[in-house]
Amino acid sequence: MHVVDALVSPAVGGTFWAVSAGLIGYSCKKVKSEMSDSIVPLMGVTGAFVFAAQMINYTIPGTGSSGHLGGGMILAILLGPWAGFLVMASILTVQALFFADGGILALGCNIFNLGFWTCFVMYPLVYKKIVGRGLSPSKLFWAAMLSVIVGLQLGAFGVVLQTVLSGKAELPFTAFVLAMQPIHLGIGIIEGFITAGVVAFVAKAQPQLLDVSLPPSDKPAFSIKLVTVSLLIAAVIIGGALSWFASAHPDGLEWSMFKTSGSEELDTPDNSVYTNLSKLQEKTAILPDYGFKENEVSGAESQTAESWPAVSAGTTISGLVGGLLTLILAFGIGILLKLRKKTQASATI
Amino acid sequence: MTNLGCLDTLARQDSPIHRLDPRTKLLTTLVFIVMIVSFDKYQISAMLPFAVFPVVLIVLGNLPAGYLMKRVLWVAPFAMLVGIFNPLLDRQALLHIGTLEISGGWVSFASILIRFFLTVLAAFVLVATTGFNTICLSLEKIGVPNVFVMQLLFLYRYAFVLAEESSRMLRAWQLRAPLRKAMSMKTFSTVLGSLFLRTTGRAQRIYQAMCCRGFEGQLHPARRFHWRMADTVFLFGFCLLFAVFRFANPAVLLGKFVMGIFS
Repeated sequence: MHVVDALVSPAVGGTFWAVSAGLIGYSCKKVKSEMSDSIVPLMGVTGAFVFAAQMINYTIPGTGSSGHLGGGMILAILLGPWAGFLVMASILTVQALFFADGGILALGCNIFNLGFWTCFVMYPLVYKKIVGRGLSPSKLFWAAMLSVIVGLQLGAFGVVLQTVLSGKAELPFTAFVLAMQPIHLGIGIIEGFITAGVVAFVAKAQPQLLDVSLPPSDKPAFSIKLVTVSLLIAAVIIGGALSWFASAHPDGLEWSMFKTSGSEELDTPDNSVYTNLSKLQEKTAILPDYGFKENEVSGAESQTAESWPAVSAGTTISGLVGGLLTLILAFGIGILLKLRKKTQASATI
Repeated sequence: MTNLGCLDTLARQDSPIHRLDPRTKLLTTLVFIVMIVSFDKYQISAMLPFAVFPVVLIVLGNLPAGYLMKRVLWVAPFAMLVGIFNPLLDRQALLHIGTLEISGGWVSFASILIRFFLTVLAAFVLVATTGFNTICLSLEKIGVPNVFVMQLLFLYRYAFVLAEESSRMLRAWQLRAPLRKAMSMKTFSTVLGSLFLRTTGRAQRIYQAMCCRGFEGQLHPARRFHWRMADTVFLFGFCLLFAVFRFANPAVLLGKFVMGIFS
């Protein structure tokens, strides 16, 4: 799940741009100084591999639906954290430009959410710690599974935080968290299976690629059924604990009301907002309970150019009418330019 | 994957917009997006004039408007999904049209959709008038590390090659499992694993070929960029226009003027 431009504020987007740019710069330095030149084409082609892998679907057991590979952790495991992070960043850049997954301003947020946690937190602290020196199939499996799940949880939490901090979406924090985390738990488990499967395959077929070797064994490393059942039980327990924790907070809706309108009493609207509409408005009764935030009340003044910081909603009809007109004008300019081009073209022929 | 190539073919045209320096277009697009995103969440009218930027670029750049619109609509789900909660949660009446009350949630939802539309369209227009490789090279000019630029170029170059590779593997699997729609997870990770092995094999061959041609850790683009008068005019012209749109809200002024005439 990506953060999108439409939901991000310049402050949040800019901050994460700076953070991600710093991480990219540092990773580039590391890759240059610590790895051989041959990593360059390998990284590039591995990025292409993730795209290509996304074309193949697989069935998610127990459901009719199908999913595809996400990336992140698998890149860190196969290429190491620095190169893995760069590959993830490049994939997200291409997605932002060509598929508008995310967007240009939100790119920093997305690189951070999907690359930072997996490559710089989960890889050294979880995956490496579990795999350690003596590698066994089950260790490899659990290392991959755990790091993918936790990495994705952290990433999803990042999406929630960035969206809520930006303040464009009304969805309250707790509700958003409660929706995002379980969904990404499911995605994480599936992606954990895939990651573990691919890493096990590579470790078996060309162990030198991973700097590790697996002892030969005919036994499968894990039984999908057993793991799924145990993870499901864990999910139920965690979910129960989470919801108990969440209920200690105010109800989601109340909480968001409190957040948007502040602690102050909702005040009755100032009639000056509606001066333009006074005739029409006489018929409409304003409910005294419905309040307006301060900057909305000052709508009448803010329509003039001077009081820009208090730009309010298109609170008035004139705003909407004008907006539509300018939109039409914008398209009009387009049509005019097109006509001019046509006449020019026919003139030259 | 075919979509990936389609935007880039558009970039191979020759038009006044295509001829501009890629840095100009990159910077202007960035300013455009930041301006759009900086509006507060109930803003609608003031964002609409900004549509003039993509419209002008689409027309002058000879881009198929219908195709771009379709692409934009294709990718809407996340903004929709998160935004649709606004009308449910924010029910304060904000806008009165006659007896009709429109809640703040609907206003901010509409605002999110407009933002989404404009920012996504701007990104597509940037790629369709510039081309991905050229954008990457201009990134290097701006100061992005060479390693990352190379990464982007390689990724883009080989995405098509590996897409063919994976569709061959997919076809092979389909021939062996004609009645199934998608792979089981186990097969999938094996297929993916061998796709990865093929990938590393290919990377090795590429690297050897590059070494034969004198690669020493850096790519040297053959293309040089020239900053011309047209670039300066384009950049400053549009930035000035954005600033006027951003701070003066011509939409409201125009609307007031028109309403004034009719009342």
